[in-house]
Amino acid sequence: MVFDYTLASARDALRKREISAVELVNTHLEAIERLDGRLNSFITRTPDQAREAAKAADDLLAKGEGGALCGIPLGIKDLFATEGVRTTAASHILENFVPPYESTVTANLKRDGAISLGKLNLDEFAMGSTNLTSAFGGVENPWKRQGSDARLVPGGSSGGSAAAVAAGLVLGATGTDTGGSIRQPASFCGIAGVKPTYGRCSRFGTIAFASSLDQAGPMAKNLRDCAIMLESMAGFDAKDSTSVDKAVPNYEAALDRGVKGMRVGIPKEYRTDNLPEEIAALWDQGIAWLKDAGAEIVDVSLPHTKYGLPTYYIAALAEASSNLARYDGVRYGKRVTGPSLDALYEATRAAGFGDEVKRRILLGTHVLSSGYYDAYYLRAQKVRTLLQRDFLQAYEKVDMLLTPTAPSGAFAWDEKPTDPVQVYLNDVFTVPASLAGVPAVSVPAGLDSTGVPLGLQLIGRFFDEETLFAAGHVLEKSASFSHRPTLHAGVSA
Amino acid sequence: MSLDAKKVARIARLARIGLSDDEVQTYQKDMEGIIGWVEQLNEVDITDVPPMVGTGLATARLRDDIVTDGERRDDVLSNAPEREGLFFTVPKVVE
Repeated sequence: MVFDYTLASARDALRKREISAVELVNTHLEAIERLDGRLNSFITRTPDQAREAAKAADDLLAKGEGGALCGIPLGIKDLFATEGVRTTAASHILENFVPPYESTVTANLKRDGAISLGKLNLDEFAMGSTNLTSAFGGVENPWKRQGSDARLVPGGSSGGSAAAVAAGLVLGATGTDTGGSIRQPASFCGIAGVKPTYGRCSRFGTIAFASSLDQAGPMAKNLRDCAIMLESMAGFDAKDSTSVDKAVPNYEAALDRGVKGMRVGIPKEYRTDNLPEEIAALWDQGIAWLKDAGAEIVDVSLPHTKYGLPTYYIAALAEASSNLARYDGVRYGKRVTGPSLDALYEATRAAGFGDEVKRRILLGTHVLSSGYYDAYYLRAQKVRTLLQRDFLQAYEKVDMLLTPTAPSGAFAWDEKPTDPVQVYLNDVFTVPASLAGVPAVSVPAGLDSTGVPLGLQLIGRFFDEETLFAAGHVLEKSASFSHRPTLHAGVSA
Repeated sequence: MSLDAKKVARIARLARIGLSDDEVQTYQKDMEGIIGWVEQLNEVDITDVPPMVGTGLATARLRDDIVTDGERRDDVLSNAPEREGLFFTVPKVVE
């Protein structure tokens, strides 16, 4: 059955010619047709280009050629510029933007033969943890609570990516993570997600939110699939001044290394007073799994953890206000005219940006404005140094850290808090690693009492994604998470 | 610190986002809440702590001062919301 394939098993089946790329792509396109009217995980579908590419992939495969991802159907978060294919960032201000260039990450995937089925929904400009801020409508999480048809959020900002993978519409998807935007939706949708070290994947052609934090990464059914994707996505790029010139290892080969003799840190500050009991229990279960596999468990302290979220919001919003200044209605994007240039700017940005984006630009402008810069922005940058030191000091004692990914499972659309600060708390466990720039992964580890997935997070040393793949794979094998969501391509309606 | 409506309107002006009076009220309430929450950073002792500017993993690179990508005028203009010939257009700025 086609929908039982993982990315890795589909790759092997394509090479053995057990299935053709055309059949694989067509079956997934048909599933999108069938399910996505409801899920809304795609903003733009590209079936014609995908079918063309599948034919070309079959020609290569028939000759025993083709790259590591030849013939594999993927979805691309609509934050990556794709040449000739509309790229919106889920914002009205870019609703008709057709980039004349390709992002480095998607160019790398294409080079290796991956086939894009289209552009995936997200929170507007990747700002959100619910995917409800998209100008193209929210995404429905394919998971349901037992006995309830309530629409759950897929998490965010890479909510379309997570939902499309979980529902079996694609074999993998690109995501971007600024403060948890790969890991939290992966946790909410029961899939694996990897936020690599800052500088591992090029940011060129990825629409910027907060440039010192934004990092692209893979989202897929499991870590093996993520490893295959990351090996293609990563690498030095002269077009990104923060790209790091470091060889890309064979991540897939790291999966079976095990954790024998490795030291896993458990940061006590993550055991917050209001952590739900079943998430604490799952965390304990993860500790036991790693211990059983031969790891040594070490209690560690990351004393500045509680300052992670406020530091993140100052840094990210300041950078966002600066990055989003480019949307002025002059050179590209939406324009609303006015009697003067300033009136044009104000009308364009008033009509083009949604509520959350405006709120963040306004706050970012405030913390950068004269008289407030030192009190907010500079102070936050200093606390960020302390947060990074917490990690570096912990890594003198341990090889990695284990924590929950999110403080809750997926909640219903209408349960989203109205207080923005309460929404921001979704990212409490993911933001510190983003601020430090270290890599982290989320793997599905179990279901909560209502039947929705919960993830565990592993956080590693700079450029040591391999250890995270090895330890994450131990968690995957122990959890043997084989549950499927209610809405899935493999279930006939 | 309080953020009054006048201040929010001034920030919106700096950010070139047109806001109605009602919107100013709404954003004022939200922003006050968020600013109050981030002020917990004032508890942290930051004496002698340098600001973190990037992660420090990438090093600045120099390259030869030559054109590596050019002659793409039509591409650059391809998304212009309004243009005249080879130019972007805006409302008249100079009298």
